[in-house]
Amino acid sequence: MAKYIAKRILLAIVSIWIITMITFFAMNAIPGGPFNKEKATDPKVIQELEARYNLDKPLGTQYVLYMNNLLHGDWGVSLKTGRPIWQDMTAKFSVSAKLGGRAAIIAIIIGIILGAIAALTRNKLPDRLIIFFTTLGTAMPSFVLATLLLLVFCLKLGWFQVYSASDPNYTLPVIALAVYPMAYITRLTKTSMLDALNQDYVRTARAKGVSKIKVIFLHALRNALIPVITYVGPMVAYILTGSMVVENIFTIGGLGSTFVTSITNRDYTTIMAVTIFLAILMVVANLLTDIVYKFVDPRIKLD
Amino acid sequence: MDNKEMKKSLLSAQVDLSKFSAANFEKATDEEKRQQDVMGESTTFFKDGMRRLRKNPLAMGSIVVLALILLIIIIAPHFVPYSYDQIIAVNGVRDKGSANLGFFMYSQKELDYMNETGEDLFPHIFGTDGLGRDYFIRVIYGTRVSLAVGVVAAIMVVLIGIVYGSIAGYFGGKVDLIMMRIVDIIYSLPDMLIIILLSVVLKENLSGKLAGTIFSSLGANMISMFIVFGLLYWVSMARLIRGQILTIKNNEYVLAARCIGTSNAKILRTHILPNCLSVIIITTALQIPSAIFTESYLSFLGLGVSVPLSSLGSLANDARAGMQSYPERLVIPAVIICLIVLALNLLGDGLRDAFDTKLD
Repeated sequence: MAKYIAKRILLAIVSIWIITMITFFAMNAIPGGPFNKEKATDPKVIQELEARYNLDKPLGTQYVLYMNNLLHGDWGVSLKTGRPIWQDMTAKFSVSAKLGGRAAIIAIIIGIILGAIAALTRNKLPDRLIIFFTTLGTAMPSFVLATLLLLVFCLKLGWFQVYSASDPNYTLPVIALAVYPMAYITRLTKTSMLDALNQDYVRTARAKGVSKIKVIFLHALRNALIPVITYVGPMVAYILTGSMVVENIFTIGGLGSTFVTSITNRDYTTIMAVTIFLAILMVVANLLTDIVYKFVDPRIKLD
Repeated sequence: MDNKEMKKSLLSAQVDLSKFSAANFEKATDEEKRQQDVMGESTTFFKDGMRRLRKNPLAMGSIVVLALILLIIIIAPHFVPYSYDQIIAVNGVRDKGSANLGFFMYSQKELDYMNETGEDLFPHIFGTDGLGRDYFIRVIYGTRVSLAVGVVAAIMVVLIGIVYGSIAGYFGGKVDLIMMRIVDIIYSLPDMLIIILLSVVLKENLSGKLAGTIFSSLGANMISMFIVFGLLYWVSMARLIRGQILTIKNNEYVLAARCIGTSNAKILRTHILPNCLSVIIITTALQIPSAIFTESYLSFLGLGVSVPLSSLGSLANDARAGMQSYPERLVIPAVIICLIVLALNLLGDGLRDAFDTKLD
């Protein structure tokens, strides 16, 4: 087990390192420096600025310096606002985390409940309805859902306020983010629940006279949830990327919309920092998922 | 009591001849022989799978929907006299009143023109957009682009995945170990982020260099999207193929082929890969919708196709500005994306049920 965890952590570190390399060198491959403005700037000023931000050094040295700063918690300065990126990023991320966390919790809880209901009423009406709607849910990109929700519930029906800075209403954005992972978890739970219900231990428990409800909750569902754990990592990635468009559509000032704005603004240092930050989150989520999975289910072979 | 037969043991298997007459030993007639002929055609793996697929109403419905969409996007540009980047003009004069028309509406100039000449102009089925371009044809071209992205990406993924996965799986040992470590690393990279990042970078780098080449109409974003698909998306396919090959290569027929001196390439081609067919078909069918998803997502962020070309994602994005007044312009591409992805997902599920006999 220790060997597996060590190996998995090593892989995660290598991935993060590769991501920083890709991000850094890709961003530097963009033609034109950060101080090239439409208005001509005094070459002396540019020289001074480049020396200040180490841009006059060779690329390799710049990378080492950038990584060194990064490891010391210095994520650089935004090219557009001139403010340190780290502060802005963490402030924005707390908004995104509120949104994404709610979406994740709702997706997991409702997904598991629906999946269990579908498995228990297999081929009956509730199962068919649930499967119909989850199939629809997995065919709908988050931005389509988000814009349609905005159109119907904000603009046509007027049930929710479109935007309010003091008291933002997260209901619609959370729904837009949660539907796809919820549908996925429902299908996952249904399959593994059906599998668990056919196991010998379930039959044994019933034969011993354990009540149906106890069997479902204590024997079948507990084992059926193990495969759901594997989806947590990908779900974090989905919600983080999904929040980019959803926040943009609902004008929520989270990290996702910051990222999109920095792309349109060509704020390269911010793009770089946010990419690395989100990538680390995703890689760590995957790492934890894998480790928890092995702990929860000892039957899984360690390689 | 004469001719007394030997007493037969109760358990003996000896045939009691007295129970048979000569008629029992006559040769079979031709007619009787014919009864033994196998009448049904022998089925192959592929035919068998297709037979099962035909019995699945959802999958067949999806095929019909997809075929209809394909038919429309192939035929429609031939009889709609507008093009996706053309602003409506009457008599060669740009028609400023033709923007934002509703379904099947004509602009004032067009109506005047039709009254004057008595000639029927082709209706704007979905109306026109804010610049006065026929929206129907833009949706048609958008669907073309989105589907093309999905199919091309799937082909790339299949080709790279098969080659990589079969080399790793077939040769095994150190080759496999190193190749699979590379796959592990690529697999752990957050693909969407890297796609966005590379799209930003390649867009800046390629846009100047592409001008004048055949790729220029595709735009830098599309090229970068394909590059990223080629770099990242094949890993799950490669993993699947490798897993299949690891089990298949231990079969006796592979050993036999190797004994008679068949080359590695031929063993892979004729003995191993055909047995991976089910995995390949299923994964490809599910790869197309995921590529369409990615493309529409990027287009929605403004990183997709370049103007004036449209994709379903960019059409939806453009429609956001006038969402309140012209919701149909948002709803149409959104519904088409969902329809295509839904049909492809259901078809993929159907294919899995039909071809993957190893499942349950």
